[in-house]
Amino acid sequence: MDSFKKVASIVTPLDKVNVDTDQIVPKQFLKLVQKSGFGKFLFFNWRYDENENKKPDFVLNDSKYENSKILVAGDNFGCGSSREHAVWALLDYGFSVIIAPSFADIFFSNCFKNGVLPIMLDQIIVEKLQHETGVIEVDLENQIIKTSSEEISFKIDSYKKKILLEGLDDIAQTFQYEEKILEFEKESKIPSVL
Amino acid sequence: MGKTLFEKIWESHIIVEKQNRPSLIYIDRHLVHEVTSPQAFDGLRMNNRKVRRPDLTIATMDHNVPTTDRSLPILDQTSSIQIQTLEKNCKDFGIKLFDINSPNQGIVHVIGPQLGITLPGTTIVCGDSHTSTHGAFGALALGIGTSDVEHVLASQTMWLEKPTPFEIRVEGKRKNPHAVTAKDIVLSIIKNIGTGGGTGTVIEYRGEGITDLSMEQRMTICNMSIEAGARAGLIAPDEKTFDYLRGREYTPKNYETLVDSWRDHLKTDNDAKFEKQFTLHIDDIAPQVSWGTNPGMTCDVTESIPSPDKFSKGDSNQKKGAEKALDYMALEPGTAIEDIKIDRVFIGSCTNARLEDLIEASKVIKGQKISSNVNAMVVPGSQMVKKQAEEMGLDKIFINANFEWREAGCSMCLGMNPDILSPGERCASTSNRNFEGRQGTGGRTHLVSPVMAAAAAIKGHFVDVRKMDLS
Ligand code: SF4
Repeated sequence: MDSFKKVASIVTPLDKVNVDTDQIVPKQFLKLVQKSGFGKFLFFNWRYDENENKKPDFVLNDSKYENSKILVAGDNFGCGSSREHAVWALLDYGFSVIIAPSFADIFFSNCFKNGVLPIMLDQIIVEKLQHETGVIEVDLENQIIKTSSEEISFKIDSYKKKILLEGLDDIAQTFQYEEKILEFEKESKIPSVL
Repeated sequence: MGKTLFEKIWESHIIVEKQNRPSLIYIDRHLVHEVTSPQAFDGLRMNNRKVRRPDLTIATMDHNVPTTDRSLPILDQTSSIQIQTLEKNCKDFGIKLFDINSPNQGIVHVIGPQLGITLPGTTIVCGDSHTSTHGAFGALALGIGTSDVEHVLASQTMWLEKPTPFEIRVEGKRKNPHAVTAKDIVLSIIKNIGTGGGTGTVIEYRGEGITDLSMEQRMTICNMSIEAGARAGLIAPDEKTFDYLRGREYTPKNYETLVDSWRDHLKTDNDAKFEKQFTLHIDDIAPQVSWGTNPGMTCDVTESIPSPDKFSKGDSNQKKGAEKALDYMALEPGTAIEDIKIDRVFIGSCTNARLEDLIEASKVIKGQKISSNVNAMVVPGSQMVKKQAEEMGLDKIFINANFEWREAGCSMCLGMNPDILSPGERCASTSNRNFEGRQGTGGRTHLVSPVMAAAAAIKGHFVDVRKMDLS
């Protein structure tokens, strides 16, 4: 996983609440067997009509937002199915920061496992950011978002911050506890399946 | 102070515990399917890792398998690649697989209990949100993402923030338990506490309304815990639980010894404390029908579509959400639920496609034909359910009524295989999610119980199944 320090870009406003993972990546695209390549399916049903032509009124189709790395969305972002493809699609498309008033639990933790920073902010601040037209800077180290007019601080769990900053691999971390795992297995009374 | 059932299972599985940090917990059972696993196996290969405990891991294919004739080749290229990928991964890593031709193939949450793989007091994970189903056996069963699938494959453990225990009591007795089902109980709960009501918690369902239920009905309840936002749902095991698992194909040899150790231990102590509490009285609840685009947007079959203004008291988002939902569902406030016409009926999914569900639905349609405007299908939850149903002659009842009788899989619960709604089609579905496009782009889903779905198939619109003779 790449380490995460600072991201500067214009924001893509997505003024919708309860955006579920089915909408982030419709399930007809879950059949790939790799992690990359999901970006082209991001918000597919909103981006394209039945004939796969771009819908002009959807924000991602506005060339202004082409290189945006920051998505600002409504309440309860990422609800629904636990598919991690939703995070892969956002990341593959180019978003590495998602700002919303709240996130669904599993989506939120999936973000950290893939180097995406989800930031929870008050509804009012989120609405303001949705109207921000200039470049903003998200500084994870100092937990600050800089806009043209102000600095907004955000909260993040210190352990999760460390994971992103250092780009840590979860599994390698766990292997440090190999002895304890072995010990547990020796004591366990639950028989194997086979 | 006493402990809740959840806390007992949690504590007996901790390997590393840290203050205000996720804990490392041991996983007793890992269920794998074709959609959320390929990237996990890929990760293992990239890092030269193996599967730590293939003997605690079981795989099947369910999400995108065709439900039509299994002897024909799979037409969808990508589906067939995923299925082949799972076959290869299981072979390479030594994992037992129930493939498309196995008599044990089926929806992963249907086959776990049916084969005796799901056990009380265990921790169970699967890369699918409805893993909560297994909680009906008093297991801590969690849906996980693909990164965690990889982590569990490699280490048989997982980092998890400790959820808080949430008690939901279901009190009273239903007057007509054939018409008002477990599905109606759980939809009523979600309607009341909301789709975020259980966030960060593990729900323990308790009370007479729960202990009265059969194991299959309890699975329906726990299955939908996730739709209330909970991490998992649990029901303390009792003699019904132990009986259900006795003598199944993979039930452990020392089962009776295990049962003895579970019997006294696996329950919430009298003086245990829950962080949250909710009680539902079920004496008078009605069959439920969802009208919107999340499972909380549900009402009694006797009611009408609510006006979005009803939600304005909460916050503006709620009202916006209701307006958007009605727009998508093409419904007007004030329309009686019983006046809503349907095009399709889907009896299937890990929520409601077990043998009992099919038996109950068959009673509604026996000797009748479905409405000429309706296309209906039954997709049994597993090949074993299908076989048992056929032995009882249920397939004939459904086929004579003009239902399609399919092979086992997730099918139109999520529409990854060719079973999907066309844009604008309206479906009475026994599945668990009515999100926009869930059953096919532009498709409109109403969540109901199997008997309500069967009744709607016959009438061509929703009806209060309590008015029908179900003897
Ligand atoms: S039936 Fe539906 S909810 Fe159940 S495992 Fe399959 S896709 Fe998931």
